[in-house]
Amino acid sequence: MEITDAQIEFKDFNFFYGKFHALKNINFKMARHKVTAFIGPSGCGKSTLLRTINRMYDLYPDQRAEGELLFDGRNLLDPKIDVSVLRAKIGMVFQKPTPFPMSIYDNIAFGVKLHERLSTAQLNERVEWALRKAALWEEVKDKLNQSGMSLSGGQQQRLCIARGIAVKPEVILLDEPTSALDPISTSRIEELIDELKKEFTIVIVTHNMQQAARISDYTAYMYLGEMVEFGVTDELFVKPKKKETEDYITGRFG
Amino acid sequence: MTLHSKRKFVNGLALSLAMAAMAFGLFWLLWILVTVFQLGVSGLSLSLFTEMTPPPGATDGGLLNAIVGSLIMVSLATLIGTPVGLLTGIYLAEYGRYNALGNATRFINDLLLSAPSIVIGLFVYAVVVATTGKFSAWSGVIALALIVLPVVVRTTENMLQLIPNTLREAAFALGAPKSVVISKVTLRAARAGVMTGVLLAVARIAGETAPLLFTALSNQFWSLNMNEPMANLPVMIFKFAMSPFSNWQELAWAGVFLITLGVLALNIIARVFLRAEKIN
Repeated sequence: MEITDAQIEFKDFNFFYGKFHALKNINFKMARHKVTAFIGPSGCGKSTLLRTINRMYDLYPDQRAEGELLFDGRNLLDPKIDVSVLRAKIGMVFQKPTPFPMSIYDNIAFGVKLHERLSTAQLNERVEWALRKAALWEEVKDKLNQSGMSLSGGQQQRLCIARGIAVKPEVILLDEPTSALDPISTSRIEELIDELKKEFTIVIVTHNMQQAARISDYTAYMYLGEMVEFGVTDELFVKPKKKETEDYITGRFG
Repeated sequence: MTLHSKRKFVNGLALSLAMAAMAFGLFWLLWILVTVFQLGVSGLSLSLFTEMTPPPGATDGGLLNAIVGSLIMVSLATLIGTPVGLLTGIYLAEYGRYNALGNATRFINDLLLSAPSIVIGLFVYAVVVATTGKFSAWSGVIALALIVLPVVVRTTENMLQLIPNTLREAAFALGAPKSVVISKVTLRAARAGVMTGVLLAVARIAGETAPLLFTALSNQFWSLNMNEPMANLPVMIFKFAMSPFSNWQELAWAGVFLITLGVLALNIIARVFLRAEKIN
């Protein structure tokens, strides 16, 4: 399997929490405008790997990365990279919905205002665009001034996706985005991901193997900080190359 | 006795003890409130708010100078103590959570928080009153601000700590700088709690007597000069309640009633704030 149009590439990548070696020699590429899923048992490092892509670990002084993490050819680990600009290009959605304590409109406008100077009309347009993309517009268009906290869990999560999209990123990182949601909200988010990959590169961490099989183009199976297997989702789930992967996806382990 | 009936018995016993403890506390509190109300209401009159504190022997008089003096000093102390306390609290919660400066500041703040108010009064007396050579309203303001400060620091820090880290990460993930994350997201999420802390600090200093005893002293007359002694309710109550004149004692009760009412109002406002936030 060869990924020709790679947007993100890990080369001899290692990650440490203090002295703990959390990610070991990660080498793989992620394709542009595809969905890449990370699966594996709890504590295997899949979330850690996701959080390196927007340098979230910068917030915590005892965490550090080594090796190369290329984003369109530029090494993101370079200390000269402006993380604020980087995070505008790489959005992130968390496990639990995290609406800010402000109106629905302001939740979406928050990120946009950080990076662009727009007129009110342009900003209104952008908010509507983002909410439509996140399939939330019809539900909230009459209550944009209400608090973002007043929405249901599934709506809050779509609000967070809209908030990320509004900044017009190139990549969207999803850290178990449906694990706190009911099945109906989950399927709406999955449909949304399918729609979004036309314009964005999507990386998703999930506990749910069926979900990875349903929505991703590529899947990486991780265990104890190592990437055991990486490949086209259909192949990895039907005919895994490694015994460990097979044990995990057939439920014999994990 | 079976296992389950024993559990029920223990549960009932513990609950009764808790209720009894609550009733005990509430009994005294209500008694205080009833007494204050009974004795305070009889002293209430229009002259309370229009006339100055009376000299010995006079039969009329009010508390105007003391009410205004208290309002001025409490407001100024809050205006000085709150911003400093807010900034310190933000530093402790968002920057100095684990570092040495943060830990030292937290320790010193706890000391200040538990320091008896008379110690603060004497400290300001030694530092301000003794060096300037006179009692003044400003020194009273400083003493009260020193009491407001640790309360605001502590509540601001605690309220910010309650904000889940994922909310901060979500803001950082959009590329927000730390200053924006704090001012627009975390502080906003914690604002009800922070406001409550400020209001409770105000309620606390409204009735403080000891810090004013050695600083603002008191003043029989109308004075808005911040460099001179200034009348205030707590010291006036202290003085009048100890006096042998019955009209002075009546004024003291009226003063107690006013302070109680004020503190009660502040507590209710603080609760309304918290509730409004929960509904949001």
